[in-house]
Amino acid sequence: MSEAVLYSGEKEAEGTEGLIEDWSRDKQVFGVPWGKAMMWIFLLSDTFIFSCFLVGYMSARIATTDPWPNPSEVFALEAFGYPVPLLLIAIMTFILITSSGTMALAVNMGYRKNKKATFWLMFATAILGASFVGMQAFEWSKLIAEGVRPWENPFGAAQFGSSFFMITGFHGMHVSAGVIYLLVVAFRVKNGFYDKVPDGYKIVEIAGLYWHFVDLVWVFIFAFFYLW
Amino acid sequence: MSYVAFADRDHEQDHHDPDTFITKYVWSQDHKVIAIQYGITAILVGLIALGLSVLMRLQLGFPNEYSFINPENYYQFVTMHGMIMVIYLLTALFLGGFGNYLIPLMCGSRDMVFPYLNMLSYWTYLLSVIILIASFFVEGGSTGAGWTLYPPQAISPGTPGVDLGIILMLVSLAVFIVAFTMGGLNYITTVLQARCKGMTLMRMPLSVWGIFIATVLGLLAFPALLVSAIMMLFDKTLMTSFFMPAVSSMGVDPGYTGGSPILFQHLFWFFGHPEVYIVALPAFGIVSDLLSTHARKNIFGYRMMVWAIIVIGGLSFIVWAHHMYVSGMNPYFGFFFATTTLIIAVPTAIKVYNWVLTLWQGNIHLRVPMLFSIGFIFTFIHGGLTGLFLGNVTIDLPLSDTYFVVAHFHMVMGVSPVLVVFGAIYHWWPKITGKMYNETLGKWHFWMTFLGTYAIYLPMHYLGFAGVPRRYFAMGNTDFLPDSAQDLNAAITISAVFVAATQLLFFINMIWSLKSGPKSDPNPWDATTLEWQTPDHPPKHGNWGHELPEVHRWAYDYSVPGYEDDFIPQNVAADKAPVGEGH
Ligand code: HEM
Ligand SMILES: [Cu+2]
Repeated sequence: MSEAVLYSGEKEAEGTEGLIEDWSRDKQVFGVPWGKAMMWIFLLSDTFIFSCFLVGYMSARIATTDPWPNPSEVFALEAFGYPVPLLLIAIMTFILITSSGTMALAVNMGYRKNKKATFWLMFATAILGASFVGMQAFEWSKLIAEGVRPWENPFGAAQFGSSFFMITGFHGMHVSAGVIYLLVVAFRVKNGFYDKVPDGYKIVEIAGLYWHFVDLVWVFIFAFFYLW
Repeated sequence: MSYVAFADRDHEQDHHDPDTFITKYVWSQDHKVIAIQYGITAILVGLIALGLSVLMRLQLGFPNEYSFINPENYYQFVTMHGMIMVIYLLTALFLGGFGNYLIPLMCGSRDMVFPYLNMLSYWTYLLSVIILIASFFVEGGSTGAGWTLYPPQAISPGTPGVDLGIILMLVSLAVFIVAFTMGGLNYITTVLQARCKGMTLMRMPLSVWGIFIATVLGLLAFPALLVSAIMMLFDKTLMTSFFMPAVSSMGVDPGYTGGSPILFQHLFWFFGHPEVYIVALPAFGIVSDLLSTHARKNIFGYRMMVWAIIVIGGLSFIVWAHHMYVSGMNPYFGFFFATTTLIIAVPTAIKVYNWVLTLWQGNIHLRVPMLFSIGFIFTFIHGGLTGLFLGNVTIDLPLSDTYFVVAHFHMVMGVSPVLVVFGAIYHWWPKITGKMYNETLGKWHFWMTFLGTYAIYLPMHYLGFAGVPRRYFAMGNTDFLPDSAQDLNAAITISAVFVAATQLLFFINMIWSLKSGPKSDPNPWDATTLEWQTPDHPPKHGNWGHELPEVHRWAYDYSVPGYEDDFIPQNVAADKAPVGEGH
């Protein structure tokens, strides 16, 4: 991919005018590979999806007249004979944030063309992601065993179950898709697939962008469901 | 050999051109073929929607005549007509069709940045269309909820198609959004990152600007529709209560509690209003190029036109609740949304003035695309003015849900974009097919469509003032309506049938042109934009033959003084011809 050139040859204007000209220069607006630009745009669109979900959830929670279940009680886990509030979710959040760390390292190793380290770090990220999904499945089954359903909820408002399953489910699908994506890229890194493509290792960063986004969304879901 | 993505290859390298019929025309990754696939599919479903509108008009014009249309059918017709026209025809045709065809050609790239994704986008769109069509044939038929699909009635017994119809509708919408996202990401990335040398953003033709901003709107607005579709699907199938309040439906309690129907309306219109501009902005852009080309004059105020498109796009996200003045929301909201709505009129009016000023003292060639473009200015001003009325809360309250609204939105987002679609097809037909069509037949098509649509929609304003409600199967004996209202309805129906029949002229013309039309010039309109400067005519896979073009000027160097021709293509070097006003 060629470097962006200011074609006109004229001197660049100052201030806002210059900013606009800089942006509208020929060939490329952003000096990044296409895949990366496209991922950013996709994530922007995906942000709107999650925002709509969360706004819908907030609105449903405000509108309902039935009591909302207390998160420290419904999400508590029995440990050593005591119910510990938010235990599982703390572990899950910790795991997901750790996976962001391993992902960042993988991106770094990718740029150094250290195939082995990149592969193992991405693999670790994927494993952490998969265990997050596993724990989420555990939490779902616990709630379901207690009688929470999308359409009803023994602890209060029915909307609790509906929005919880819908939003964490949608996020869990994102994580699962991300795990598959990471694994595909990881194995391709290992096989030297990206040596054939110039800047091929940028794909690691692009996958990383997606992964960090999914983590970031989780922080919001966590705050809105477990802390509110 | 290092790998360079196809869209960015400076020189043609030995790539494998698709050679079998299947890779060339079916599983094609060529943006031009995908554009044609999108276009044909959209027009075919559009014909279904047109047929439905004729059926509705027959019922309204001559109630009691047609025993095969019962009230349930009527609701299904209204719903499917509206939904198909707005989403499956116009959105798909402008972005999937014209967007795909024009963006790489006008920006001077070889293809979209990710051709494979582009191909997937079309096939996913086709899937959504198939699901949509399937809903006509399931038990209970398609949904009759109105294209706005408002709950509670959309999923409550008593509404036609409440079983499978509404489910298929929602699934089809979700699939459409996936298809649109795949295409849209491509369009945006191509415009931002893969233009040819010298093609700065401020040299892009306005068609590309309109399509580009419309795609941005789509990527930010469709999420709201996707989310509301998912939530409604759950309300329907899993008995969740996102949108469904505790209702008793036909004497039974279906078991919903505490949901908010207003939430749906907010989500729907957060999508729905930008959707209007998803359809309108590409039309704005294309019509600007057509007017400038056929008036042999540069577009008046190019920079202002670009900024107007951007500002309209931005504002379109903060006006949605002007569709909800009668929903019972807080009156202060109404004040806020009325204000923002009226502010949008400013950039819109700037555009209209600039179109008119582009024509002013131009060397106007009244060819078919030009006729349709001028027709657009009329219908758009007309629909825009009634929009100012409806944007004010106090005026909207009595007019809401009457035929005044039907007349307004048909003028502004039905007729106007469709006129541009026709103009654009007539304009680019020679490039797409390499053939000319019959000019006289095209002119007949224009005049009959243009005058015919006025005969349909002008009287509807009057019906609206008189109080005829929208979405009614029949009026029966109503005291407040004079008998003449029914005569007017009959007249409207006759015009509607006439306009629908007139479209045959278009299809006859195009089929004739394909079979035995004369060969067209590579640049029959003497246009400046890049798509007319391709080495092959019509352009082949890869668009530019051996070398990518290089751009030296804006897209509107028409009638530049001191040059022999009255147009200078964008790829003519600055030392070969004078540079006009733009840069
Ligand atoms: C010859 C052309 C057309 C005719 C005769 C026609 C006629 C009609 C009629 C009779 C209705 C139902 C009014 C009612 O009962 O409330 C309607 C609704 C509608 N039409 Fe059209 N129409 C045409 C073209 C279009 C186009 C091109 C669009 C594209 C935007 C469009 C969009 C709609 C929408 C969104 C509705 C509202 C559906 C609803 O209420 O749920 N129509 N049209
Ligand atoms: Cu609106």
